[in-house]
Amino acid sequence: MKSRPRKQWLPAVMLSLLLPLAACGSDDSGTASDDSSAGGGDTGGSLTVLAAASLTDVFAQLATPFEEEHGADVSVSFGSSTDLAEQAVDGAPGDILATADETSMQIAEDASVTGDVETFATNVLTIVVPRGNPAGIESLDDLDGATWVRCADEVPCGKVALAVLEDNDITAEPASLEEDVRATLDKVISGEADAGLVYSTDAVAAGDDVEAIEIPGAEDELTSYYVTSLEQAENADLAADWVTWVTSEEGQKILADAGFGSP
Amino acid sequence: MRARTTRDRLGRPPALLMVPAALATLLLLVPLVAMVAATNWQALPGHLTSQVALEALRLSLVTSTVAIVLCLLLGLPLAWLLARVDFRGRGALRALVTVPLVLPPVVAGVALRSAFGRTGVIGAPLLEWTGFAFPFTAYGVVLAHVFVSMPFVVIAIEGALRSADPRFDEAAATLGATRWTTFRRVTVPLALPGVIAGTVLGWARSLGEFGATITFNGNYPGRTQTMPTLIYVARQSDADAALSLSLVMLVVSIGVLVALRDHWLGTP
Repeated sequence: MKSRPRKQWLPAVMLSLLLPLAACGSDDSGTASDDSSAGGGDTGGSLTVLAAASLTDVFAQLATPFEEEHGADVSVSFGSSTDLAEQAVDGAPGDILATADETSMQIAEDASVTGDVETFATNVLTIVVPRGNPAGIESLDDLDGATWVRCADEVPCGKVALAVLEDNDITAEPASLEEDVRATLDKVISGEADAGLVYSTDAVAAGDDVEAIEIPGAEDELTSYYVTSLEQAENADLAADWVTWVTSEEGQKILADAGFGSP
Repeated sequence: MRARTTRDRLGRPPALLMVPAALATLLLLVPLVAMVAATNWQALPGHLTSQVALEALRLSLVTSTVAIVLCLLLGLPLAWLLARVDFRGRGALRALVTVPLVLPPVVAGVALRSAFGRTGVIGAPLLEWTGFAFPFTAYGVVLAHVFVSMPFVVIAIEGALRSADPRFDEAAATLGATRWTTFRRVTVPLALPGVIAGTVLGWARSLGEFGATITFNGNYPGRTQTMPTLIYVARQSDADAALSLSLVMLVVSIGVLVALRDHWLGTP
């Protein structure tokens, strides 16, 4: 072999990789939704839904008939409403945003990444206890002295829990403030907590693993769910169809079966 | 300077190595610098002096310090066992020690719950006999910290013990020292820099522990809410507060590493 060829191009390539990084370091203004053209084959169509944790099971049920009708793929990303709204504002790939409160939806609306916002379901807070109710919880009054959990004040289910507890003059201290409603439910299902405050739909979803105890007057603090198509939607028509679908009579029936109230 | 002569003898460092090295440095540095740049300095003092933040910081410091003391008390003997005693299954034991190191922390939380949870294998009888349960208590936080930090301590100390010449141990033994005296007066002092390094590493790991803690212990201010948990929850409502608290963690971590390095480790 003759004298080793110097690979002059390599540092240049590496540098060109670095430059966008440097740009990221200084720019955090978060102009959303201008680069969603990167990865989208729209044949048949695919729909990405960002949905609140408490919608986990029902949105999976809603997706199946929708996929059959439209020949489209629906993928759902679940999380806390606040997280998802912030992701949508940051330009996360997504066509639909569904939140469990108005505040989170407002974050997205303020950043002008939403279309028309519609209310499509309501939910009510309930007590859940592990199967067999080991601590013998009958009502909110029994929480005092028990090991019980609720959502943190910062997330929608925590705000509702706070309001319901206040309405009932309950001062019992929870053992833990969980990051979302599914984490709260998980602490009860696993038996780590004697009781938890979750949405009645979560109690339905957990099936036989938990027993639900209604809270009288909880319907005064109803949670409303909001849905909208996002500006960065790759297929605006398909996104609009999803909003129509969840507010349709058939969609509402699936929601009702899962324990949701109508708006 | 020594670096100069090495360079003269071996030639220029090749770009093929220097460029990825620079890239690696930037990859580690840029996110931290960006975080500092994004911090809201006006709101910072308010965020840091809030009662929740102070409680979380206190709990983090106390639990991780208690955890590291336990790690040292239990881990040093285990490291010594692995480094100095020949027995069947030593390789298997070492592999076992490494498992929590590579385990996702949330899995560690689930495992701890299965063992020490209120319905766990050990937790259920413990609750029945004593009325005490680990979950949702600071003891549970310490337990989770010990579980995730122990491997760091054991692996680091074992390495240090191995690199210390075992002939010093033999010399001590021929002079009539018992194995305990040898351990105390010869083996550990010789491996001290490694022991300290392992301790610092384990402490830092413990301070940053999040996944196992939140899965096993939940989150309650003053009781189980450590700094990482607080940052995770604060992020939901106040991104600025989360950034301020993250900055504290960054400063504490760097501060401790720098202080310990200069005073005790003395590596360049």
